[in-house]
Amino acid sequence: MTDIVLQTRGISKSFGALKASNDISIDLRAGEIHAIIGPNGAGKSTLIAQICGSLQPDAGQVELMGRDVTALSTDQRARAGLGRTFQISALAMEDSVLQNALLGALGASGRPWRFWAAVLGDRALRSRAEEALARVGLGAFGSKRCADLSHGQRRQLEVAVALTLRPCAFVMDEPMAGLGAAGSKEMTTFLDGLRQEAPILLVEHDMDAVFALADRISVLVYGEVIATGTVDQIRADARVREAYLGETV
Amino acid sequence: MTRETIFNAVLLLGLIAVPTWALIMDQPFTITLATRAVILALAAAGLNIALGIGGLVSLGHAVFFGIGGYAMGILAHHAQSYTAMMQWPFVIEGTKFMPVIWLVACLVAGLIAWVIGILSLRTTGAYFIMITLAFGQMFYYFAVSWSAYGGEDGMSIYVRNDFPGLNTLAPIQFYGLCLTLLVIVLIFTARLRKSPFGLALNAARQVPARLDAVGLNPVRLKLVAFVISGVITGLAGALFADLNRFVSPTMFSWQFSGEIMVLVILGGVGRLFGPVAGAVTFVALEHFLGGLTEFWHIFLGMILLAVVLFARGGITGLVAGKEASHD
Repeated sequence: MTDIVLQTRGISKSFGALKASNDISIDLRAGEIHAIIGPNGAGKSTLIAQICGSLQPDAGQVELMGRDVTALSTDQRARAGLGRTFQISALAMEDSVLQNALLGALGASGRPWRFWAAVLGDRALRSRAEEALARVGLGAFGSKRCADLSHGQRRQLEVAVALTLRPCAFVMDEPMAGLGAAGSKEMTTFLDGLRQEAPILLVEHDMDAVFALADRISVLVYGEVIATGTVDQIRADARVREAYLGETV
Repeated sequence: MTRETIFNAVLLLGLIAVPTWALIMDQPFTITLATRAVILALAAAGLNIALGIGGLVSLGHAVFFGIGGYAMGILAHHAQSYTAMMQWPFVIEGTKFMPVIWLVACLVAGLIAWVIGILSLRTTGAYFIMITLAFGQMFYYFAVSWSAYGGEDGMSIYVRNDFPGLNTLAPIQFYGLCLTLLVIVLIFTARLRKSPFGLALNAARQVPARLDAVGLNPVRLKLVAFVISGVITGLAGALFADLNRFVSPTMFSWQFSGEIMVLVILGGVGRLFGPVAGAVTFVALEHFLGGLTEFWHIFLGMILLAVVLFARGGITGLVAGKEASHD
């Protein structure tokens, strides 16, 4: 039996007559990258929001490390070990790169109630933040203002902040969004190595990246998972080809 | 040394030099004027933590200023009339002792800030402004109708309260006391901005979603900032009442909430010495332009308009440029 790190059990969410999530059960196992793909409006963002806690499902549960976290708020889930990245970079633009990374380390430490000591003087936080920055290749940019970073660097920083949390599962919402071919390739290589540390639930539009990275793929269409399987199974699935992949395969 | 550091140092040295200048020029009234500026700067320094770092546009900070004022007024009123504040279940006497008055002012302001914060922080944006404004009005009308403590007319305190070792009635000594408190608060603010809490609060203003994602609760951080902010503004209120030896419901008025906000914006939102620059400019304008015309607020309005349109960093931003990312 493979270890299930993160899973949803029959999650449903409706907005009026629209079923954005219809009885979705997916799981994320240790050491894997599980990609969620689907056309625009399939309910990927709604699913992520429910997993991360910003939306409450109408029915069903979210479990992290076997623990029901459905009732927990977003910040509590983050403390429970869920590390997420945003589709549109959510970074403190006026702050430096290092300060953004420190924020993650601070969140992980759970000790923000210190009003006097300098945060930059906290060796433990600092080394944790610097280590994460070095890993994504931003080691030399610590003192740069986040607003002065290129788009690609912001995507890297987004991942670095999640790394500082040392989560037990990553949830990444389109980490390749807006990256050029080279940046996308670099990110793919990086995520490839990351799965051993913690499994990744990956929502991504870049099909090359998905096919290169994913151990398993779930296809979401109109709020329903119509297929889950390995890359080859998904490529071969008639319903998937019809509903989503169309001529691209 | 950055230009901002130099600007701050000049401001501070200028304030320290005021009494000497006033004595040499034989203009003792300047000291009282400077005391007023320092106390307003302290009130604005309080708001600056909520508004400047936390991004909380509170139009109800006069509540804390008024609470500080009434804490002083009520305690001193009972002390000067030799009546007890409370007879049952135990006797509480009034006091003329400043440290106790300050402590009471800060505690009550903090407690009220906590309650107002919990309720107001459920909202954001314009709704937050409106709710804090509504609380301000509640307190204002309560003070107006509180006839035991002067109602609409307010209360006069005949003798300034005591501080051990000082003659607080001497303008220079009272000025020194107020300036010392302002400096202490500014040192605390400078530390806070660089502390873990400051880092998190600063980010909570910019991207609340990021805070949640790293396991920090942005609302809780803002609540604590709001309480700290209220405590400082409350302390300023107690000093302001002592400066005038008078408290009245005006201290609770929404106009005053607006005035502190003007000080912060004029001086530079979120800048360490922004409130000081704002308050000094405000009091100077009030004094000089107020001498020329009763309608000096027109000029203040124009200056404020210019600051908002052309100098978003306020006076500090104009003189010292954009803030360096602090590390």
